[in-house]
Amino acid sequence: MISVDITSKSFGPQPVLGPIRFRIGAGDVLGISGSSGVGKSTLLRLLAGLDQRFEGRIDAPQSRAMVFQSPTLMPWRKVIDNITIPTHCRRDEALAMLERVGLGDKAESWPGQLSLGQARRVAIARAFVGRPAMLLLDEPFASLDTARVGDLLELTKALITEFRPAVVLASHSETELEALATERMVMQGTPAQLYPLAGTRVCAGS
Amino acid sequence: MGLSGLGQGRRRITRSRVTLPPGGPPARGLLSAGLWRGVGSVLALGSVWAALSLILADPLRAPAPWVVLPEMWHLLVQGDLRADLAVTLRRVGLTFAISMAGGLAIGLALGRWSRADLWFGPWLTMALNIPALVTIVLCYLWIGLNEWAAVMAVALNKIPLVAVMLREGVRVLDPDLMAMARLHGMSRTERLRHIILPQLAPHLLAAARAGIALIWKIVLVVEFLGRPNGIGFRIHLDFQMFDIAGVLANALAFALIMLAVELGIFAPLSARVSRWRGP
Repeated sequence: MISVDITSKSFGPQPVLGPIRFRIGAGDVLGISGSSGVGKSTLLRLLAGLDQRFEGRIDAPQSRAMVFQSPTLMPWRKVIDNITIPTHCRRDEALAMLERVGLGDKAESWPGQLSLGQARRVAIARAFVGRPAMLLLDEPFASLDTARVGDLLELTKALITEFRPAVVLASHSETELEALATERMVMQGTPAQLYPLAGTRVCAGS
Repeated sequence: MGLSGLGQGRRRITRSRVTLPPGGPPARGLLSAGLWRGVGSVLALGSVWAALSLILADPLRAPAPWVVLPEMWHLLVQGDLRADLAVTLRRVGLTFAISMAGGLAIGLALGRWSRADLWFGPWLTMALNIPALVTIVLCYLWIGLNEWAAVMAVALNKIPLVAVMLREGVRVLDPDLMAMARLHGMSRTERLRHIILPQLAPHLLAAARAGIALIWKIVLVVEFLGRPNGIGFRIHLDFQMFDIAGVLANALAFALIMLAVELGIFAPLSARVSRWRGP
């Protein structure tokens, strides 16, 4: 369960996020849309605990993972090490997860040898290998062609169903939001707030 | 037939992908290729030197390689060259270690904390622009004509350069990778080892390469001005005797050692830390 009650978040004197309240449970996927620069990534960084300078309260599990807009792989480490080193998981667990995302034969490759789609699969494997209770997806399929996005959406959906984390997905893509989100909200305004999207289920507490 | 054949060939080339072998390129092949290129380059330089000495035809002012190399061998076997090389190498090694450690610490701090950079950045710029000779003379005047002053003088000349190179490296660290590391709870040591140092490796190597070259030149000036031993001291004696072959023999001996350090240490190290980039 994630419970968010952010009063405000500012960069210097400039407030960027206004009152934001929502709750989501295990297995739920909150899809947040909104224009570029509105504050979606800022909200995800607050949820991830990467930025703690805000007013309000976030109750979120410690077991958390995030898929960033870029795959954020360490190019100087082999694919398998990109999973074991940050997550501290065992090698056999990492290998099993790589098999699960279809990259079992790439464990000893360098990230630079992967296509963007494969690199994103590694990022997804790294996110799920620790069985996180909370998963944050920040434009996780950006810059991929439609066919690759379709494959990754299926994979991500299956993993969410299997591991049941509480998921917050920030995306511009209606395809991604429709495929994954169980709840939808839109971020807009200055400072930005979350509003329910017409005709969709509304998050408790919003 | 010819045209269609060419077209097919071109398409085939366009489609082909450059693939690396699993585990990256073979480092040994790269090393030996680099080594041979280095040896070839040195031989070419020797040929230019020989040609120039023949053209100038002035054995006193422009001694040929076949004069200088036997002189170097003679000094090495029967003279004090080995002892002087050892003394100079010790000074270079010591000041290199101090400069890299000091420069790394200052560079990391200034790159990491912008407020510290605002306050101390101008100090660094000033230190960077103080002539080496001024620092050397001041150290000798303040501390005395001793080993400690010599090492301090060289280190103070070199630390600002390393610090600036490392500061620039820290400024371009990938923020998303840092965020990923923090999110997964990587410790400070893990972040330093797996995230920060690999990104700083090219800057560290560049600072080390530039550093060793600069340091040995400054060490020679320090020895020239105020030490009773070392290659710089020996060159001082040769200078007083107008012995250009002796100057070249002493300098060449140390330059060859530095070349061996480059080819034997820095080149393989560089190949190792950048093996993930592929050929």
